[in-house]
Amino acid sequence: MGVGIEVTTLNAWYGTNHTLQDINLHIPANHATALIGPSGCGKSTFVRCINRMHETNPIARVTGSVRIGDLDIYADAKPVEIRRRVGMVFQRPNPFPTMSIYDNVAAGLKLNGYRNRQVLDEIVEKSLKNSALWDEVKDDLKKKSGASLSGGQQQRLCIARALAVDPEVLLMDEPASALDPVSTSKIEDLIFQLKSQYTIVIVTHNMQQAARVAEKTGFFLNGRMVEFDSTHKIFTNPSDKRTEDYITGRFG
Amino acid sequence: MTRIRFQQSLDELKEQLLVMAGLAEQAIQRAIEAYRVRDLSICDLVSRSEIAINRLEREIDQAALDLLAMEQPMAIDLRFILSVIKINADLERVGDAAKSISERVRSMEQMAVAELPVDIPKMAALASEMVRKCLQSFIEADADLARSVLAMDDAVDAMNRAAYKSLTKVMEEESHIAPQALNALMISRSLERVADHATNISEDVIFWVQGADVRHHRSKTGGRDPHAMG
Repeated sequence: MGVGIEVTTLNAWYGTNHTLQDINLHIPANHATALIGPSGCGKSTFVRCINRMHETNPIARVTGSVRIGDLDIYADAKPVEIRRRVGMVFQRPNPFPTMSIYDNVAAGLKLNGYRNRQVLDEIVEKSLKNSALWDEVKDDLKKKSGASLSGGQQQRLCIARALAVDPEVLLMDEPASALDPVSTSKIEDLIFQLKSQYTIVIVTHNMQQAARVAEKTGFFLNGRMVEFDSTHKIFTNPSDKRTEDYITGRFG
Repeated sequence: MTRIRFQQSLDELKEQLLVMAGLAEQAIQRAIEAYRVRDLSICDLVSRSEIAINRLEREIDQAALDLLAMEQPMAIDLRFILSVIKINADLERVGDAAKSISERVRSMEQMAVAELPVDIPKMAALASEMVRKCLQSFIEADADLARSVLAMDDAVDAMNRAAYKSLTKVMEEESHIAPQALNALMISRSLERVADHATNISEDVIFWVQGADVRHHRSKTGGRDPHAMG
């Protein structure tokens, strides 16, 4: 099951560039939360702070606190443990190209020490079913490579890979922006199904997508969280003029 | 500013609705004038303008539908387009009410003039003022002005109820002028409907400008009672 995320006075830098400024936010458990904003506003940096990927860049720095459930990720957690609890899906599907479909899903499990073949089989099947890919690949699990799938299937494979290690949070950075409308619909349907079991944070430039899948939406601008509210409020009657100007296309 | 073409389309939609509003307002004023001076040539003008109003209603709905389908508007733009669709329907019904009044005027022209206990010009003046103000509030995106229209509706409703009471009494007690009384009652009812449409338009302006849904929130005392005739 998903857990809530509590972000307190989060600041982030790339070198001297102060990319996130004093972010305070509660992301509710078992809901989808969308983050929107113009390019360079800090929304992707924000999700990369939630699984400590931001600091993998040598010139990057983070201060403040991020709690995922009862885990303070910047105080008492190892990055490997965090990434097990927080899965991530990127804009471009990135399956391991030489691995079979099966091995792509099982990769994280093996990294975490799973060796029992039967257990692996069960988790791979469950993860592929949860990512709505099982019926399309079940006959070719070990015959075909991840790279042989279509773009939409590859993205669902990446979601299955993320789900296999049983995370509590799923971060998605523009997961459908490289996909055609049919594949996009499948990803959105999937998000809709998964959010009852996982806490989902999705960065998107597609505002209709945010409106369709997320209960909460946050608007970032120039490294700050301008507005965070129910998706309904944000897209029908936002409180802040800057939010309204952005979502109505008056800038951005 | 981005989405320049979309913003231009919204401006064009607003202009189309203002043309529609001008026609509807003119129709109701002409119908009232036809009643006041008993001039059937003015009734003809009202009938002709109804054709133009109906054509514009379809064009505006189509333009609004296109923008919803093609531009996926958000926030104030979405509220604006929804309001335009609803205001458009109300304006078309104001045109219908004008036509209905002009038909009553035609009918009354065949009858002897009768003194009736109803002040149609006063009621018409109030309903016209509501139409003028609600359209002004739309032009200026002025929610305060729109709210001032809501308060006026009670007075028109009260006049309509008073007209119903006094004119049914005439029909009961002075049967020789019952047809005239019935026509006057139908005109009163049309004016009350015009006031209701002005109220709806004002509510839509408030929704567009402020995002607030103020429908059905007011008291029933003399307010928007669907059974105002009785």
